[in-house]
Amino acid sequence: MVGTYLNLIVQGALLGGLYAIFALGLSLSVGVMRFVNIAHGDFIVLMSFLLLVLSSVLKLNVLLVLPLVIPLAFAAGYVLQRLLLQRVIGDNALLPLLVTFGLSIIVQNGLLQGVGADTRTLSAGALDVASVQIGGLSIGVLPLLTFAVAVALAFGLDWLLYRSRLGAHIRAVTLDVAAADLIGLSSVRVYAIAMGIVGITVAIAACFMGLRMNFDPTSGPSRLLIAFEVVVLGGLGSLRGSLLGGIILGIAQTIGGQIDGAWQTLAGHIVFLTIFLLRPQGLLPRY
Amino acid sequence: MASTAAPPLLTIEGLSVHYAQFRALHGIDIAVGVGEIVSIIGANGAGKSSLLKAIVAQAGPRVEGRIAFDGIDIRGRATPAIVAGGIALVPEGRRLFASLTVEENLMIGWHIGRRGGLDLAGIFDLFPALRDKRHQPAGQLSGGQQQMVALGRALMADPRLLLCDEISLGLAPTIVNDLYELLLSINRQGIGILLVEQDIRRSLAVAHRFYCLLEGRVSLGGRPDDFDRDTITRHYFGS
Repeated sequence: MVGTYLNLIVQGALLGGLYAIFALGLSLSVGVMRFVNIAHGDFIVLMSFLLLVLSSVLKLNVLLVLPLVIPLAFAAGYVLQRLLLQRVIGDNALLPLLVTFGLSIIVQNGLLQGVGADTRTLSAGALDVASVQIGGLSIGVLPLLTFAVAVALAFGLDWLLYRSRLGAHIRAVTLDVAAADLIGLSSVRVYAIAMGIVGITVAIAACFMGLRMNFDPTSGPSRLLIAFEVVVLGGLGSLRGSLLGGIILGIAQTIGGQIDGAWQTLAGHIVFLTIFLLRPQGLLPRY
Repeated sequence: MASTAAPPLLTIEGLSVHYAQFRALHGIDIAVGVGEIVSIIGANGAGKSSLLKAIVAQAGPRVEGRIAFDGIDIRGRATPAIVAGGIALVPEGRRLFASLTVEENLMIGWHIGRRGGLDLAGIFDLFPALRDKRHQPAGQLSGGQQQMVALGRALMADPRLLLCDEISLGLAPTIVNDLYELLLSINRQGIGILLVEQDIRRSLAVAHRFYCLLEGRVSLGGRPDDFDRDTITRHYFGS
């Protein structure tokens, strides 16, 4: 009995690592850049399809394709911000919401048109089913790798944002765009770089999502919902909070799913709402 | 003041700034020599801040005239290029990034500037009060200390021309005295200073030359000693 629950908690925490990766990019855009990206989930799905296509064309393991896609994802984020999103950044929070909602529709329908409605997964070859025995528990290598990447990404981004020079510039610009421009710190450039970093997290999220779960062109919004819950649970602007939020949501879903298969998603939402009511500022708030 | 062959540090000719429904500056001419302190005085709305913003390309798209720095026309350049070229602004109201630490605020000056001048240690020698507060959020400092950070941030950009917009606003007189002492010592190192102030007495006391703006035009200009108080006041208020 104890062993079962320990197993559930461990498996849930590992699933939570994936949720945290979903959320880290959104945490940057919502918590730091202060705009809500409705298309975040769709961007992840789009990147999953890109990885799928490249991996089959290049005949390479998807984990080896990922490093090739990361610079591309940075550039895509940079260009998207510079050419489109930058025009709607400002006092009106509704504008980025509408623009990214439009992008979400474009991505979903573009994918339907381009790759069809079939459900897909990514494969990492033998790694897909490899597992290790730790303390009597059988743990998948892939979930373990996902979790390790989530931890590294959360702490790495936290360092970047709160300890590095670029992070200081991002926080300065997002705090007061006019003041930054006035003294010669280019807000346009800094915003674009920040969105490029979001792009990198999207590519990583896409890889590990595709390896773990099925996706099709309309999967984006459900990923967005998870990412949102994780960001709010963790506290706006807190990347380590997002890691913790992801783990809590993953454990809640796994335990809920054990009680009754239909309860998996619901249990996650209930835990989210409960914590949100008790601690609306999030678990590790930065602001 | 102007030396024979070398061009002045900053030459502004026929500068006009338009906003949506009105014109803030009407073709003004202003010069700042190397190592000179030039004071811009004028009432509220005379166009003082528009002048400083136009120099750093932050006065919007409708700016006409010539702005030459070191003999080279810089109008049309973007703000980061102008700052990296050696012009730093201490903005009105300081405009620090409140949740960033003192050190982070100062370092932004280093990143945007020429990187040849004072480093962090130099700034803390200049403003010892900031040393112990370097890891505190800038928003927690007193007004005077925040003004030190704003000035320090501009100095870290290693400017040849320092633009100061109302740096004494809202500060205690003793702190303002200290700031002006400091401006003089900065100036003695050869940095030109363009000083915008509403406090006529104080800014004229340190200035080599001054310009008085009235409704977007230069109403009076010259050396402070050349005019008596009444003449300056008359051109200040336009009566």
